[in-house]
Amino acid sequence: MRIGSAKESYALDAALFDSRTQYAWIGVMLVALCVFPFLASEYWLYLACLVTINIASTTGLNILTGYTGLVSLGQAAFMGLGAYTVAILQIRYASPFLLNLLAGGAVAMLAGVLVGLPSLRVKGLYLAIATIAAGVIAHFLFSHFSLLTGGSSGLSIPPARFFGIELDDSFKLYWVIVPVTALMLLGAANLFRTRIGRAFIAIRDRDISAEVLGISLLHYKLLSFAISSFYAGVAGGLFAYFFRAVSPETFPLLMSIFFLAAVIVGGMGTILGSVLGAVFMTLVPELLKLIVGWLPLGGNATLILSPVRTIVFGLMIVLFLIFEPHGLAEVWRRIRRLFHLWPFCT
Amino acid sequence: MNIDWWLLFEISLAGLGTGGLYALTALAFVMIYKATRVVNLAIGEMLMISAYIFFAFSAGMGLPIWLAIPGALLVSGVFGALVERTIIRPMLGESPISSFMVTVGLSSILVGLVELIWTADQQRLPEFLPSKPIQIGEAFVSPKIFYGFWVAVLLIALVLLVFRFWRGGVALRATASDQAAAYSMGINVPRVFSLAWAAAAVIAGVAGIVVGSIGGISSAMGVFGLSVLVVVIFGGLDSVLGALVGGIAVGLIEALTGFYLGGEYKILATFGLLLLILLLRPYGLFGTREIERL
Repeated sequence: MRIGSAKESYALDAALFDSRTQYAWIGVMLVALCVFPFLASEYWLYLACLVTINIASTTGLNILTGYTGLVSLGQAAFMGLGAYTVAILQIRYASPFLLNLLAGGAVAMLAGVLVGLPSLRVKGLYLAIATIAAGVIAHFLFSHFSLLTGGSSGLSIPPARFFGIELDDSFKLYWVIVPVTALMLLGAANLFRTRIGRAFIAIRDRDISAEVLGISLLHYKLLSFAISSFYAGVAGGLFAYFFRAVSPETFPLLMSIFFLAAVIVGGMGTILGSVLGAVFMTLVPELLKLIVGWLPLGGNATLILSPVRTIVFGLMIVLFLIFEPHGLAEVWRRIRRLFHLWPFCT
Repeated sequence: MNIDWWLLFEISLAGLGTGGLYALTALAFVMIYKATRVVNLAIGEMLMISAYIFFAFSAGMGLPIWLAIPGALLVSGVFGALVERTIIRPMLGESPISSFMVTVGLSSILVGLVELIWTADQQRLPEFLPSKPIQIGEAFVSPKIFYGFWVAVLLIALVLLVFRFWRGGVALRATASDQAAAYSMGINVPRVFSLAWAAAAVIAGVAGIVVGSIGGISSAMGVFGLSVLVVVIFGGLDSVLGALVGGIAVGLIEALTGFYLGGEYKILATFGLLLLILLLRPYGLFGTREIERL
């Protein structure tokens, strides 16, 4: 806790931001986010959009895995459902894109509740493997329900329209993706100030105790699945608008693993962790591309890039779990503490 | 409907052959789970790495088969023990999610290593199984699958015997049933952990070499591990009997759906079965039901 921030009421204790310094920093960040697209190059804008979409999905998974303790390897499947819903609505009806995003989230949410049903009977890693099954079934639906989904070749999506403007490049999409994700982050942060969020945490810590305390496991586990897959669905919808193409291979099991890894690397059970984890996991492969490009390898550089990325991805999961199990959020907290206590640092 | 019984028999035999290999790999999985309570998602990749080591020994270095196989299994065993010591041991006492994710990381590292050293292209292992087609009645069986099945059966029998009578095997079973009690009876539990991983890596190695010689090796071989996951969930994570029954059952179901419905239905059928089993018997057919106390 910060020195000199006496909390005199419960409302203050539960507040998201407790000091003026924090509000000031949030302001600085908002300004930076608004200025960024005017300064950055096309490549950095592309990365920023990708990172932001991943943040949205990682936050969703963190609500489920980090806060409620239910491990899911189906996040990519839910994203896929969201993306396909958005794609189909956009192609067939050209409906307003915000409506499509909500519909994508809703469809993913329904699927999430369905997949969540076994979570009442099975726990822990049995559940994780059951959610792999969800991914497999989703992949099957995408590739065999070809009347709607275009089969294995997938669908290509016309750009979203917003008051007559075609959102067809990263710069324009940035103004949609970032606010939507920011809203979702704010929603997630506030969720854990409510009864529902506290119930999730109680279930994570010990579900039988939670049930004894009067928390309905049926209700709250399914709710957690619903919220988490809603986030995934909206993220998937943004993904569809961003890449403007979806196919069954766009959402592989590896992508679910990516999000789970981002949750772990960032820090389970913190909103900040979802952000840091998603940023870190998305940017490290790009960084590797730069490093491999610098090395004097000649024509081999492109050949070894993909295996090196795979290795580093695995290494990051393993090393973080062994040396920094609370993730980047804990590192962040440590750095902050250092500055608070400076020069009496510990 | 007129069923061609010989055809059905032939397909069932092929399924039985794959099922034997599933059972063998599932046995390795169950051994690790029983001893260390780690759900090893990297089992398919352990299979792959052994097949590649065998490939390096036989095709790369030109060693004869009778030397290359034991050599590859030895290296696999050392590798298994090394993995346990370096990345599984630090996860002791952490949540099951952590140790599970560590194996996910491991699988990614192994795939990357294989692609870095041998590229992602498919390779063929040298032929070492007899190649004369086997005929039972009117049904033909691919010789590789036939001998692969018998290798699996023999090895499973051997493993079961070893764990029934050998001291180390008894220590492993003791540790599986109660870690603290085993510790206090003077069993070196950390060493049992290493032993379990080494033994599982060797078993997976045999499966890997056989699977590789049937279908060739590539960096996508780890997909085999997904079917093995279905097998162990089907039979129960901690049940040896479950691994055997589950392996055969999943092998048969895959072969039959693959033939009558088409290859892309295989994985749908197995995972559909998995969901059904999870809903009916959450701890698998033969798994121990965990009783939770507060």
